[in-house]
Amino acid sequence: MEEEWDEDGPEVVKRFMYVNRKAPYGTVYALEMLEKVLIAAAFEQDVHVVFMDDGVYQLKKGQETKGVNMKNFSPTFRALEGYDVEKLYAEKESLEARGLTVDDLVVPVEVLTSEELKALMSKQEVILTA
Amino acid sequence: MAYEINGESIEHDEEGYLSDINQWTPELAGLLAKDEGIEMTDEHWEVINFLREYYEEYQIAPAIRVLVKALKKKFGPEKGSNKYLYELFPYGPAKQACKVGGLPKPTGCI
Repeated sequence: MEEEWDEDGPEVVKRFMYVNRKAPYGTVYALEMLEKVLIAAAFEQDVHVVFMDDGVYQLKKGQETKGVNMKNFSPTFRALEGYDVEKLYAEKESLEARGLTVDDLVVPVEVLTSEELKALMSKQEVILTA
Repeated sequence: MAYEINGESIEHDEEGYLSDINQWTPELAGLLAKDEGIEMTDEHWEVINFLREYYEEYQIAPAIRVLVKALKKKFGPEKGSNKYLYELFPYGPAKQACKVGGLPKPTGCI
Protein backbone atom coordinates (compact mmCIF):
# COMPACT_ATOMS: atom_id res chain seq x y z
CA MET A 1 0.00 0.00 0.00
CA GLU A 2 1.38 3.33 -1.05
CA GLU A 3 0.68 6.67 0.48
CA GLU A 4 1.47 8.91 -2.41
CA TRP A 5 1.54 12.62 -1.89
CA ASP A 6 0.65 14.59 -4.94
CA GLU A 7 1.78 18.15 -4.36
CA ASP A 8 -0.01 19.32 -7.48
CA GLY A 9 -3.41 18.17 -6.29
CA PRO A 10 -5.74 15.80 -8.10
CA GLU A 11 -5.86 15.62 -11.89
CA VAL A 12 -9.61 15.31 -12.14
CA VAL A 13 -12.06 16.99 -9.78
CA LYS A 14 -15.72 16.10 -10.06
CA ARG A 15 -18.77 17.38 -8.22
CA PHE A 16 -19.89 14.47 -6.03
CA MET A 17 -23.07 14.49 -3.99
CA TYR A 18 -23.75 11.99 -1.24
CA VAL A 19 -27.40 11.84 -0.17
CA ASN A 20 -28.08 10.37 3.26
CA ARG A 21 -31.70 9.32 3.72
CA LYS A 22 -31.53 6.68 6.45
CA ALA A 23 -31.29 6.74 10.23
CA PRO A 24 -27.73 6.25 11.52
CA TYR A 25 -28.14 2.85 13.17
CA GLY A 26 -30.05 -0.35 12.47
CA THR A 27 -28.45 -0.65 9.06
CA VAL A 28 -24.90 -0.04 7.88
CA TYR A 29 -25.87 2.42 5.12
CA ALA A 30 -25.07 5.62 7.01
CA LEU A 31 -21.65 4.49 8.20
CA GLU A 32 -20.72 3.16 4.75
CA MET A 33 -21.79 6.43 3.17
CA LEU A 34 -19.56 8.35 5.56
CA GLU A 35 -16.64 6.14 4.53
CA LYS A 36 -17.36 6.92 0.90
CA VAL A 37 -17.36 10.63 1.69
CA LEU A 38 -13.98 10.33 3.43
CA ILE A 39 -12.51 8.44 0.48
CA ALA A 40 -13.73 11.07 -2.01
CA ALA A 41 -12.28 13.74 0.28
CA ALA A 42 -8.93 11.92 0.41
CA PHE A 43 -8.89 12.24 -3.39
CA GLU A 44 -9.66 15.95 -3.01
CA GLN A 45 -12.93 15.86 -4.91
CA ASP A 46 -15.64 18.52 -4.73
CA VAL A 47 -17.82 16.80 -2.14
CA HIS A 48 -21.38 17.75 -1.22
CA VAL A 49 -23.18 15.87 1.55
CA VAL A 50 -26.94 16.01 1.92
CA PHE A 51 -29.03 14.87 4.87
CA MET A 52 -32.74 14.35 4.24
CA ASP A 53 -35.63 12.17 5.42
CA ASP A 54 -34.44 10.09 8.43
CA GLY A 55 -30.86 10.89 7.32
CA VAL A 56 -31.08 14.12 9.32
CA TYR A 57 -30.96 11.97 12.48
CA GLN A 58 -27.34 11.09 11.63
CA LEU A 59 -26.36 14.60 12.72
CA LYS A 60 -28.42 14.66 15.92
CA LYS A 61 -26.47 15.69 19.00
CA GLY A 62 -26.27 13.42 22.02
CA GLN A 63 -26.29 10.00 20.35
CA GLU A 64 -25.95 7.11 22.78
CA THR A 65 -25.35 3.80 21.04
CA LYS A 66 -24.30 1.38 23.78
CA GLY A 67 -27.77 -0.18 23.83
CA VAL A 68 -27.67 -1.07 20.12
CA ASN A 69 -24.06 -2.21 20.31
CA MET A 70 -22.85 0.00 17.45
CA LYS A 71 -20.11 2.59 17.40
CA ASN A 72 -21.35 6.16 17.74
CA PHE A 73 -19.83 7.64 14.60
CA SER A 74 -21.45 11.07 14.88
CA PRO A 75 -18.16 12.65 16.13
CA THR A 76 -16.65 11.79 12.73
CA PHE A 77 -18.89 14.38 11.05
CA ARG A 78 -16.94 16.99 13.00
CA ALA A 79 -13.73 15.73 11.33
CA LEU A 80 -15.06 16.54 7.85
CA GLU A 81 -13.90 20.15 8.09
CA GLY A 82 -10.31 18.90 8.42
CA TYR A 83 -10.89 16.91 5.22
CA ASP A 84 -12.02 20.15 3.52
CA VAL A 85 -15.56 18.81 3.26
CA GLU A 86 -17.55 21.87 4.15
CA LYS A 87 -20.55 21.62 1.85
CA LEU A 88 -23.07 20.02 4.15
CA TYR A 89 -26.80 20.44 3.56
CA ALA A 90 -29.94 19.43 5.41
CA GLU A 91 -33.38 19.47 3.86
CA LYS A 92 -35.65 21.98 5.55
CA GLU A 93 -38.82 19.88 5.28
CA SER A 94 -37.09 16.82 6.78
CA LEU A 95 -35.82 18.80 9.78
CA GLU A 96 -39.21 20.38 10.39
CA ALA A 97 -41.11 17.10 10.13
CA ARG A 98 -38.90 15.72 12.91
CA GLY A 99 -38.98 18.80 15.11
CA LEU A 100 -35.26 19.47 14.59
CA THR A 101 -33.40 22.72 14.06
CA VAL A 102 -29.76 23.43 13.22
CA ASP A 103 -29.11 23.81 16.96
CA ASP A 104 -29.81 20.08 17.38
CA LEU A 105 -27.02 19.09 14.97
CA VAL A 106 -23.37 18.22 15.66
CA VAL A 107 -22.04 20.26 12.71
CA PRO A 108 -23.08 23.44 10.91
CA VAL A 109 -25.14 22.76 7.80
CA GLU A 110 -26.82 24.86 5.17
CA VAL A 111 -30.57 24.32 5.29
CA LEU A 112 -32.17 24.04 1.87
CA THR A 113 -35.75 23.53 0.79
CA SER A 114 -36.66 20.57 -1.34
CA GLU A 115 -36.77 22.86 -4.37
CA GLU A 116 -33.33 24.33 -3.65
CA LEU A 117 -31.89 20.84 -3.21
CA LYS A 118 -33.32 19.81 -6.55
CA ALA A 119 -31.48 22.71 -8.19
CA LEU A 120 -28.23 21.79 -6.42
CA MET A 121 -28.60 18.15 -7.44
CA SER A 122 -28.98 19.08 -11.07
CA LYS A 123 -25.49 20.63 -10.96
CA GLN A 124 -23.74 17.47 -9.77
CA GLU A 125 -21.74 15.07 -11.90
CA VAL A 126 -22.11 12.07 -9.58
CA ILE A 127 -24.91 11.45 -7.07
CA LEU A 128 -24.86 8.54 -4.61
CA THR A 129 -27.83 7.83 -2.38
CA ALA A 130 -28.23 5.57 0.64
CA MET B 1 -3.70 -14.04 14.91
CA ALA B 2 -2.42 -12.38 18.04
CA TYR B 3 0.50 -10.53 19.60
CA GLU B 4 1.95 -12.12 22.73
CA ILE B 5 2.96 -9.72 25.46
CA ASN B 6 3.41 -10.40 29.19
CA GLY B 7 1.69 -13.76 28.77
CA GLU B 8 -1.35 -12.06 27.27
CA SER B 9 -2.49 -12.47 23.72
CA ILE B 10 -3.84 -9.47 21.85
CA GLU B 11 -5.83 -10.22 18.70
CA HIS B 12 -5.01 -8.48 15.45
CA ASP B 13 -6.24 -8.60 11.86
CA GLU B 14 -4.38 -9.95 8.83
CA GLU B 15 -2.54 -6.66 8.36
CA GLY B 16 -1.51 -6.42 12.01
CA TYR B 17 -4.02 -3.82 13.22
CA LEU B 18 -5.49 -4.49 16.66
CA SER B 19 -8.97 -6.03 16.71
CA ASP B 20 -9.84 -4.12 19.89
CA ILE B 21 -8.19 -0.72 20.20
CA ASN B 22 -8.87 -0.72 23.95
CA GLN B 23 -6.26 -3.44 24.39
CA TRP B 24 -3.48 -1.08 23.34
CA THR B 25 -0.76 -0.17 25.85
CA PRO B 26 2.41 1.92 25.41
CA GLU B 27 4.35 -1.28 26.03
CA LEU B 28 2.55 -3.01 23.16
CA ALA B 29 3.41 0.01 20.98
CA GLY B 30 7.06 -0.74 21.62
CA LEU B 31 6.57 -4.30 20.40
CA LEU B 32 4.60 -3.20 17.32
CA ALA B 33 7.22 -0.59 16.46
CA LYS B 34 9.95 -3.20 16.67
CA ASP B 35 7.99 -5.37 14.22
CA GLU B 36 7.92 -2.39 11.87
CA GLY B 37 11.65 -1.82 12.32
CA ILE B 38 11.12 1.46 14.18
CA GLU B 39 13.09 2.65 17.18
CA MET B 40 10.65 4.76 19.20
CA THR B 41 11.81 8.28 20.09
CA ASP B 42 10.04 11.25 21.69
CA GLU B 43 9.21 12.45 18.18
CA HIS B 44 7.53 9.13 17.35
CA TRP B 45 5.54 9.30 20.58
CA GLU B 46 4.45 12.83 19.80
CA VAL B 47 2.84 11.63 16.55
CA ILE B 48 1.36 8.49 18.13
CA ASN B 49 -0.15 10.46 21.00
CA PHE B 50 -1.50 13.03 18.59
CA LEU B 51 -3.14 10.29 16.49
CA ARG B 52 -4.71 8.70 19.55
CA GLU B 53 -6.12 12.05 20.65
CA TYR B 54 -7.47 12.61 17.14
CA TYR B 55 -9.12 9.20 17.22
CA GLU B 56 -10.58 9.84 20.65
CA GLU B 57 -12.18 13.04 19.40
CA TYR B 58 -13.35 12.03 15.93
CA GLN B 59 -13.56 8.21 16.07
CA ILE B 60 -11.48 7.77 12.91
CA ALA B 61 -7.82 7.59 11.99
CA PRO B 62 -7.03 10.58 9.76
CA ALA B 63 -5.87 10.33 6.16
CA ILE B 64 -2.24 11.40 5.66
CA ARG B 65 -3.17 14.78 4.17
CA VAL B 66 -5.41 15.55 7.12
CA LEU B 67 -2.79 14.38 9.62
CA VAL B 68 -0.13 16.63 8.10
CA LYS B 69 -2.46 19.61 8.22
CA ALA B 70 -3.47 18.96 11.84
CA LEU B 71 0.15 18.46 12.95
CA LYS B 72 1.16 21.67 11.26
CA LYS B 73 -1.54 23.52 13.14
CA LYS B 74 -0.43 22.11 16.49
CA PHE B 75 3.37 21.81 16.19
CA GLY B 76 4.29 24.16 13.35
CA PRO B 77 5.46 23.68 9.75
CA GLU B 78 8.62 21.72 10.57
CA LYS B 79 6.69 18.83 12.11
CA GLY B 80 3.63 19.30 9.97
CA SER B 81 5.21 18.01 6.80
CA ASN B 82 5.20 14.84 4.76
CA LYS B 83 8.96 14.66 4.79
CA TYR B 84 9.16 14.75 8.57
CA LEU B 85 6.51 12.05 8.94
CA TYR B 86 8.15 9.80 6.37
CA GLU B 87 11.45 10.12 8.21
CA LEU B 88 9.76 8.84 11.37
CA PHE B 89 7.58 6.23 9.66
CA PRO B 90 9.26 5.31 6.37
CA TYR B 91 6.64 2.80 5.18
CA GLY B 92 3.76 5.26 5.22
CA PRO B 93 3.21 7.48 8.24
CA ALA B 94 -0.55 7.18 8.54
CA LYS B 95 -0.46 3.43 8.09
CA GLN B 96 2.54 2.64 10.28
CA ALA B 97 1.84 5.17 13.01
CA CYS B 98 -1.78 4.05 13.28
CA LYS B 99 -0.71 0.45 13.61
CA VAL B 100 1.82 1.22 16.33
CA GLY B 101 -0.75 3.45 18.05
CA GLY B 102 -3.31 0.63 18.09
CA LEU B 103 -5.72 2.45 15.77
CA PRO B 104 -7.53 1.10 12.72
CA LYS B 105 -6.15 1.66 9.23
CA PRO B 106 -6.99 5.18 8.05
CA THR B 107 -10.05 5.50 5.84
CA GLY B 108 -9.16 6.55 2.33
CA CYS B 109 -5.84 4.74 2.57
CA ILE B 110 -6.29 2.43 -0.41
